[in-house]
Amino acid sequence: MSVSVEDVRHVADLANLELTAEELPRMAKDLNAVLGYIAQLNELDTSTVEPMAQVGEVLGLEPAQNGETLRADAVRASLERDAVMAEAPETDGRFFKVPRVLER
Amino acid sequence: MALERKMSLERLTLAEARSAVVEGRVSAVALAEQHLERIAAVDGEIHSFLALTRERALAQAEKVDAAVKAGQAPGPLAGVPVGIKDVLTTRGVETTAGSRILSGYHPPYDATAVARLEAAGAVVLGKLNCDEFAMGSSNENSAYGPVKNPRALDRVPGGSSGGSAAAVAAGLCVASLGTDTGGSIRQPAAFCGVVGLLPTYGRVSRYGLIAFASSLDRVGPFARSVEDAATVLGVMAGPDEMDATSSRQPVADYAAEIRKGVEGLKIGVPEEYFGEGLDDEIRKAIESVLDGLRTSGCSLHKVSLPHTRYAVPAYYVVATAEASSNLSRFDGVRYGFRTRDGATLTGMFRNTRDEGFGAEVKRRILLGTYVLSAGYYDAYYRKAQQVRSLLARDFVQAFAGVDAIVAPVTPTPAFKLGEKTSDPLQMYLEDIYTVSASLAGICGMSVPCGETSGGLPIGVQVLGKYFDEATMLRVGAGLERQQRA
Repeated sequence: MSVSVEDVRHVADLANLELTAEELPRMAKDLNAVLGYIAQLNELDTSTVEPMAQVGEVLGLEPAQNGETLRADAVRASLERDAVMAEAPETDGRFFKVPRVLER
Repeated sequence: MALERKMSLERLTLAEARSAVVEGRVSAVALAEQHLERIAAVDGEIHSFLALTRERALAQAEKVDAAVKAGQAPGPLAGVPVGIKDVLTTRGVETTAGSRILSGYHPPYDATAVARLEAAGAVVLGKLNCDEFAMGSSNENSAYGPVKNPRALDRVPGGSSGGSAAAVAAGLCVASLGTDTGGSIRQPAAFCGVVGLLPTYGRVSRYGLIAFASSLDRVGPFARSVEDAATVLGVMAGPDEMDATSSRQPVADYAAEIRKGVEGLKIGVPEEYFGEGLDDEIRKAIESVLDGLRTSGCSLHKVSLPHTRYAVPAYYVVATAEASSNLSRFDGVRYGFRTRDGATLTGMFRNTRDEGFGAEVKRRILLGTYVLSAGYYDAYYRKAQQVRSLLARDFVQAFAGVDAIVAPVTPTPAFKLGEKTSDPLQMYLEDIYTVSASLAGICGMSVPCGETSGGLPIGVQVLGKYFDEATMLRVGAGLERQQRA
């Protein structure tokens, strides 16, 4: 499996990254090197192995012990709107402002 | 005060700093000022701090001094000057994660780990440099310039928590916080000659940690002694209702555990960590540590972690996949940097991300997006998660017969700045002895164990069972006693 410049362009589109003409071939080369290295995982027969997504799965602990520290489902104060909106690049104080969505 | 002048900031332990403050031999304010002066004098060259929080530090120090004067019970970190890796949020203090895309971001809240340190009396001096979004093994991926290793200025401090390790090594703060996703605490600790501790996944809250790979990210301390690292861990550990992955497993009294010594403990030695590629001087240093443990009454046992060589490839699938998802939130809408070149919404997203992210972050977003994309999910992501199961199983089996595992942290000592920047794969192989524990979720630490003939620090890694930091710390303290003997 080899990644072409076209493939990189496609993946960059999916990830909302705008790569320059110089970046595309370099990224293709790097991805091929790393994916080639990753291919050694195929040496292992994992047909009967469950995938591990979270550490708690190995421990086989009850969720309450293992970590899912769920708090009561009750309304409580959140962050101050002013403090949050002050960090936005563009805002009217109530909403985040962005460039127009539709291209003409 | 004569005593103040005698204190060498590079060697000052947390225990000494706190008792000096609590016993009134030095004020917390004076201690903070001395550290800030030292930062001003030497950090221009090292570049471990990205931002200083002078006012916040002095206000906190005054509070500690007033409490001491009033005879109130001082916290376990009373007056202790600390630094915080810049991936942890600090209320009102610029937090960039080493990235341009978060330049100018002043979070409206503190990370739980930071809040708990301050509640225990710690004095936060500032924010520490790191690889962008904690992605790197050399600190050369910071958008704000690399950190230099205080022990050899032409060498890297390790990464991604390079600033956190360097600042403690250089005497700029007494302890610091870092984060570890694939080795980012243990490797820089080894490179800089300080103690670095990776707690079990779930032991310390990640609320306020800017996410890189959520199933792997952990917060942990750097310090100048095992006991000091244990103290900081004890302050941070325990459940947090703001992080659903934080655990309710009981937190031991680590200081008491350390005092138990190491006699009778069974130490596992994994043959896979001593193979080809391991530097000879590091091998000899670890072997000498193992001899010392035997002399102290430990028994040594060969253990096998047969899937070790698959850990780096599995890691770079799992970690990049999670990163590609986590980093989608950086779009120039809610915080940080926005491009000037964005006439439409998607154009703004794309240009903001192109200008805001560095090359390594883009590489990992692309790799992560690729392994998750249609047609490749099973071949890469699912496969890597299955291998992750095998790696975790290796440790469960090994720990059935031993109390802790001792191994190298890194295959080589600190390398030169620029030496590995042109080849990402070579840089990834730096993580060969650290990523297995990251994927499995067990705890680990790096403890200094001498230096190379060229004077570069060597670290030894102690790995512990899930939520058994206590035994790991006992072994770490045992190793440390040998070094000092």
